[in-house]
Amino acid sequence: MPYEPVLTRHVNEPQSYTLDFYLKHQRGYEGLRKALTLQPHDIIEQVKASGLRGRGGAGFPTGLKWQFVLKDTPKPKYLCCNADESEPGTFKDHVLMERNPHLLIEGCAIACYAIGAKVAYIYIRGEFYHVQQVLEAEIEKAYTAGYLGKNILGSGSDCDVYVHRGAGAYEAGEETALIESLEGKRAQPRIKPPFPAVAGLYHCPTAVNNVETLCNVPLIVLNGPEWFASLGPEKNGGPKLFCISGHVKTPGVYEASMHTTLRQLIFDHAGGMMDDRPLKAVIPGGSSVPLLLPDQLDVPSSFDSIQKAGSLLGSAGIIVMNDTVCMVWLAMNLLHFYRHESCGKCTPCREGTDWLFKLLRRIESGEGRPKDLDLLFGVSSNIVGKTLCAFGDAAATPVLSTMKVFRAEYEAHVREGRCTLPAEWRARQPVFAGAH
Amino acid sequence: MSFHPRMDYAPAKFHQSARALPEEGEPFAYTPENQAKFDACVKRYPPDQRKSAILYALYLAQGQQGSLTRAAMDHVATQIGCTAAEVEDVVSYYTMFFTKPVGKYVLYVCRTLSCALVGAERVTEELEAALGIQRGETDPDGTFTLVEVECLGACDRAPVVMVNDGWQERLSPDRVRQFLDDLRARGEASLSGCHLCKER
Ligand SMILES: Cc1cc2nc3c(=O)[nH]c(=O)nc-3n(C[C@H](O)[C@H](O)[C@H](O)COP(=O)(O)O)c2cc1C
Ligand code: SF4
Ligand code: FES
Repeated sequence: MPYEPVLTRHVNEPQSYTLDFYLKHQRGYEGLRKALTLQPHDIIEQVKASGLRGRGGAGFPTGLKWQFVLKDTPKPKYLCCNADESEPGTFKDHVLMERNPHLLIEGCAIACYAIGAKVAYIYIRGEFYHVQQVLEAEIEKAYTAGYLGKNILGSGSDCDVYVHRGAGAYEAGEETALIESLEGKRAQPRIKPPFPAVAGLYHCPTAVNNVETLCNVPLIVLNGPEWFASLGPEKNGGPKLFCISGHVKTPGVYEASMHTTLRQLIFDHAGGMMDDRPLKAVIPGGSSVPLLLPDQLDVPSSFDSIQKAGSLLGSAGIIVMNDTVCMVWLAMNLLHFYRHESCGKCTPCREGTDWLFKLLRRIESGEGRPKDLDLLFGVSSNIVGKTLCAFGDAAATPVLSTMKVFRAEYEAHVREGRCTLPAEWRARQPVFAGAH
Repeated sequence: MSFHPRMDYAPAKFHQSARALPEEGEPFAYTPENQAKFDACVKRYPPDQRKSAILYALYLAQGQQGSLTRAAMDHVATQIGCTAAEVEDVVSYYTMFFTKPVGKYVLYVCRTLSCALVGAERVTEELEAALGIQRGETDPDGTFTLVEVECLGACDRAPVVMVNDGWQERLSPDRVRQFLDDLRARGEASLSGCHLCKER
């Protein structure tokens, strides 16, 4: 049975972002209407029953997260929508916010009602200013139509949604760093516990959810948890957006069920390899997860199956690489990213990413010494598990993962004093053909 | 200068702060429109949490005068009700604030993996050659500033270049000179925009 998209079905239609279109073609705000007739507790139960797992990276069950938000407290509660989308290879929230913003707005309103929050902040990365303008204009329409504001749809509940613009920091995507940034400070994580559900924004109980996660909520309320769970494998229900980039013919965002294998995503959805070159490796979940090899792609692209295959689904940013890519160069490119984005709060991460980058640059340029390989391994291992947030593990992953599978390439660089791939293959001088 | 007048234990340069303060600049205050925008923004946050509006306040100041001087940062501190050091703390963390004058167009070239796989490095090299500047610099007549940035969240349209708040998608190295000419002639209207936007 072919999969029928539910999140992105209309995104290519010119008016898909408007309130009228949403009301007419997507049963717009019916989910909110229905939710307001239920008890908040029942909505949380439904979301739990649906098995919805967070789409931001960790795959944590959303219903549970909401349940943890402290109930008996005199303090206000908050919802923070994580629209920071900075994980390299990820660009799905971009589409949802720009082409289907009302789905997110409705999701925020339902989530606020469910956890007892009156205010939601959508933290959007500073670079998405064009998206922010669409989103803010549509939020304005939702206010005018009575879906947001005081006494929404005559229910007696209030809900305000505001967009908060970041200013260029990957680390602002980490949930406690996002909260710090919202409070007007540097985007540096807090020590957990306490978790945001207990003490988050302004030290009040807070739920932090990804854009795609919240977009699924109206669908669950409207169509029921069973329907949602039936869309995918067990414990991996619902629609999923996959971001496919790199050396494929038609990069883009593809919606599929998590039954779909990685190979199908790359070869059927994204049109196969650019210039029909052989596939060398795939990063299945954004730059922070281990590589998979061509013979590991026949697994369903669900949280659990990809984990079993030795990697993670993460943010579903699938980066595909062909045989021209040097793996030392790849690790260097990503460590440049991590070095730049480390928030600097813990020493292993701040110093370690810089050290790793310098080592990789030395090896890549052919000046590496034999003992540098052990050093690389040693420095990476001393970051993993020794930092305040998951960034540290993420930063060591490109090094550890490429060293594990492509150690011969590292050794060749050191031995020959150069990259042993043909010079014209160097990723910095790509041949422009095919898709571009 | 040493900590103690008689303890001359290290060359003077070790005792200077490494913290580079931005220029003091012209006296700064928000225009009435910006003041109104700021006052509206502050209302989104609880009354005792004005500091949440700091990024917005800085964007307004930067929009008004191109980059952030110390005078502008002091003004933001007064508006928010925090210290100048707290403002500086924030400004120095986020990459989208500039404490030195920048060109009319800031070119943010994405250099992360997906863009690099399809030639971002070559795009940067072409831009450097065409503008006669290195990454991180501004050209002599103050038209372009070239900066490398990390993933912009549009990797399916690589290589991506952000120009001020606008987007240019799929900029291949061989089209770089044309891109600059168009930008000079027609400004931000010449950009491809986000392909999703254009479908409106
Ligand atoms: C370094 C780091 C960066 C992150 N960046 C993002 C991001 O850009 N977008 C996002 O939704 N989640 C990001 N996360 C995950 C969030 O911390 C958090 O788990 C997520 O927002 C929770 O939402 P979910 O339960 O809906 O997935 C990041 C986590 C880490 C450790
Ligand atoms: S691991 Fe890195 S990014 Fe995370 S808190 Fe520590 S220094 Fe910051
Ligand atoms: S890698 Fe350039 S936009 Fe993501």
